[in-house]
Amino acid sequence: MAASSRRNPPPLPGAENQDPLSEMADEDSDEGEDIFVGNSNPVAEAFQPDTANGEEPADLFSEAETSTAVNSSITTSKSNGVHSDNENDLFAEVSVELSMENPSTTAKSSGAEFTPSLTRSATQPESMEQLEEEKDEDSFDMEVAVTNPEKIGDGMNAYMAYKVSTRTTLPMFRNRTFSVWRRFSDFLGLYEKLSVKHSLNGCIIPPPPEKSVVGMTKVKVGKDDSSSADFVERRRAALERYLQRVVCHPSLLQDPDVREFLERDELPRAVGTHTLSGAGFLKMINRASDAVSKMTIKISDSDAWFDNKLQEVESEELQLRKLHAVVDSLVNHRKELCGNTAVFAKSMAMLGNSEDNTALSRALSQLAEVEDKMETLHQEQAASDFFILAELLADYIRLLGAVRGCFEQRMKTWQRWQEAQSTLQKKREVEAKLLWANKPDKLQQAKEEITEWEGKVTQYERDFDRISVTVRKEFLRFEKEKSKDFKSQIVKYLESLLQSQQRHVKFWEAFLPEAKAIA
Amino acid sequence: MYLLWDSWCGVCFQKLANIDLQHTICTFLLYIYIFYITIMTSTIDDSDKEKALSVSVDLNNDTSLLIDIPDALCERDKVKFTVHTKTTLSSFQKPDFSVPRQHEDFIWLHDALVETEDYAGLIIPPAPPKPDFESPREKMHKLGEGEATMTKEEYTKMKQELEAEYLAVFKKTVQVHEVFLQRLSSHPVLSKDRNFQIFLEYDQDLSVRRKNAKETFGSFFKNMVKSADEVIISGIKEVDDFFEQEKTFLLDYSSKIKDSTARAEKMTRSHKNIADDYIHISSTLSSVSVDDNTALKKHFEKLSDLFEKLRKVEGRVASDQELKLTELLRYYMRDIQAAKDLLYRRARTLADYENSNKALGKARLKSKDVAAAEEQQQQCLQRFNKLSESGKRELTSFKGRRVVAFRKNLIEMAELEIKHAKNNMSLLQDCIELFKSS
Repeated sequence: MAASSRRNPPPLPGAENQDPLSEMADEDSDEGEDIFVGNSNPVAEAFQPDTANGEEPADLFSEAETSTAVNSSITTSKSNGVHSDNENDLFAEVSVELSMENPSTTAKSSGAEFTPSLTRSATQPESMEQLEEEKDEDSFDMEVAVTNPEKIGDGMNAYMAYKVSTRTTLPMFRNRTFSVWRRFSDFLGLYEKLSVKHSLNGCIIPPPPEKSVVGMTKVKVGKDDSSSADFVERRRAALERYLQRVVCHPSLLQDPDVREFLERDELPRAVGTHTLSGAGFLKMINRASDAVSKMTIKISDSDAWFDNKLQEVESEELQLRKLHAVVDSLVNHRKELCGNTAVFAKSMAMLGNSEDNTALSRALSQLAEVEDKMETLHQEQAASDFFILAELLADYIRLLGAVRGCFEQRMKTWQRWQEAQSTLQKKREVEAKLLWANKPDKLQQAKEEITEWEGKVTQYERDFDRISVTVRKEFLRFEKEKSKDFKSQIVKYLESLLQSQQRHVKFWEAFLPEAKAIA
Repeated sequence: MYLLWDSWCGVCFQKLANIDLQHTICTFLLYIYIFYITIMTSTIDDSDKEKALSVSVDLNNDTSLLIDIPDALCERDKVKFTVHTKTTLSSFQKPDFSVPRQHEDFIWLHDALVETEDYAGLIIPPAPPKPDFESPREKMHKLGEGEATMTKEEYTKMKQELEAEYLAVFKKTVQVHEVFLQRLSSHPVLSKDRNFQIFLEYDQDLSVRRKNAKETFGSFFKNMVKSADEVIISGIKEVDDFFEQEKTFLLDYSSKIKDSTARAEKMTRSHKNIADDYIHISSTLSSVSVDDNTALKKHFEKLSDLFEKLRKVEGRVASDQELKLTELLRYYMRDIQAAKDLLYRRARTLADYENSNKALGKARLKSKDVAAAEEQQQQCLQRFNKLSESGKRELTSFKGRRVVAFRKNLIEMAELEIKHAKNNMSLLQDCIELFKSS
């Protein structure tokens, strides 16, 4: 029972799903775009713990047959619940309930609107149709997914490769659906490139997940236990969210680097992302100097809006950090409860065995089974606590850091402008002095310098105004996204809690007649 | 009941807000006493009565001797129980009276019964365990240390939780002592014991001589000898099938139930930890919502409310599990020990009988003191038979009692779990509705 809730690297729907659906393949084999029905994201579908198969990681988006497999399995999943779970009935029931709430489950139109921003892949195997179908003003038809973590290589040179699949109708891409293999350093490389280019504009660039030496070493060494599986799953989900945020951003999406990342088959190995490289050290030094200069700059802004917002951001970051710590402790305690319940269930089973009254013995064994089921419940609950809540908070703590960085950029621009102004002032003074001392040749040079610096001042001022506008726009967009994000994730979390309580009730109601039967 | 407690809490807090923790505990305990009188004298609802009887049923039905503990006072480490007796028996001086007793007096009574030869064939109800406030006290200490890191609200809530825990421990210990006395009073033989009567009636301080060092050591030594004996005796061939079965069963069951009790305790503690975590989450969320100026403000508030409610339910789950499951296991662990003691005593008499047989044989051989040896042998045989007979009775009734108690508690626990889960469900559903609609 516990096995079904293990965090297995999500395999794709393979053989198991294809068989009943081969007849569908005929009609859909030519239609590339009709692959995906409205909301039911095949991405989500892919993340079921398909324990039966894992041998054929068929491409999610490219091949017609597998996509139809995915397609039809979406429609059948509502009734059949493609799990190898024991609690099939429970889940079918639940997934049906959820699917009722989603409006466009049946829309087979290719113009299905789809906002990629909030499509977190369902990390809970049971909840497939959990993607929100909110229409937004910026209607993108773009969807990315990160799936199939695979270990390439061996020993300390091993790394995990992830399949990045894109589905889009935007004209700037060559195909409608495609996928590539990327490794973690590629994602980091993308981030580096984007921040070099865009941070000067004041864009809020979503930060990638953090490096983790411990986690990766465990994976490399090949420890095949739940903690490394957890780590891989966590990283995969984080990478997916990162990509989704990137493509959701209107200006970042236009960037050729992003396109290259998504489309190009072989990406040059991103250098400078390794912690101990020269570039890494350089970064650290830069960061340190930034921190120092940050403390000394203070904008005398006529626009208090920025000041207020920065303060808000800082205090919010603190609060979220606290909240994250508390949620972490909740996760740990739940895991503890899980362990304790398992141990208790075992000892209860032994007690039931040694009991000589038959009815009581049976009841005690039943109690042991109920507690076993509870253990599964607790484990799933802990997972949902973690993957939904804790990761959400961690993401936003990082994002808020990026927002702060944005504000800092603006401050730097302002500082540059001010410095240029003071240089101009000095040049003017020099010119005045030269005028007085009557040195015509140097005067000419001074005048040239003045014009040059005047140009710079105007340019920097324009830069500053522009970045202020951008930062403002970005910030508002960020807040809107944040509200949506939080709301949807909270609802998801509450629904998972609700589900677990429903199963709670079922289990205990099943036990009650057994207890009453004791004579 | 909890409402009353809340109002007392409010009073407590207003007074104790500025005083340091140590003082707080003392005054708090005083308030516990007052509170206890209030609830006990005002309403003893059925659920309470049921709780009192849950681990051992069929008590206090005989109106000729009714015992209860209507209130108790907790001072520092000592708990003073007020034992109240109502009787129609003529052996008592008054029909209705109360005496103050301490935990040590209960122990004295138990030991006196155990040491009485005549009761060797009976299962003596296990002695109530010492009142143990260690765990909530430790937590209170930690809370005091961590006070600076929490908001006022959070601190208040944690304190409330702790006080509820204190109260729960208190109630449990009163219940356990009460059940001990009630089992004695409902036993046909033990209720007539002279020591028991003294315990109930003697209105002066029993001033039971506390065991001094030598005696404690002596009893410790006795226990060691006893366990060594047990090992020897378990090797003795059993003549009666019934007892043979019982012995195997009890030995096995006793170790298993000890194990289960320990695990159940751990599980309950985890539940409590989770309830505590919900408190922290709730208050952090509310401080987030205070600072937030976006559309999320209301959402955070709602979420904080929800977690507050959820943690109350979770707390109830933990305490109900504790009461129904863990307490049940704990009690029967002790009871089984008492049954094992009975078996041990009987086995001892069997060994004595066999020894006397051997002595008789030897005497016959030597042809001297035959009469004395025969006398001895007869006595041993008699004692053995008596013990066997009453032992059989006691063990059978013990079995029945145990099955009934388990049934009752398991049913109640299942029903409570269902109730709490349904509660949780409705809370969550409401909140989800609110979120989706806004």
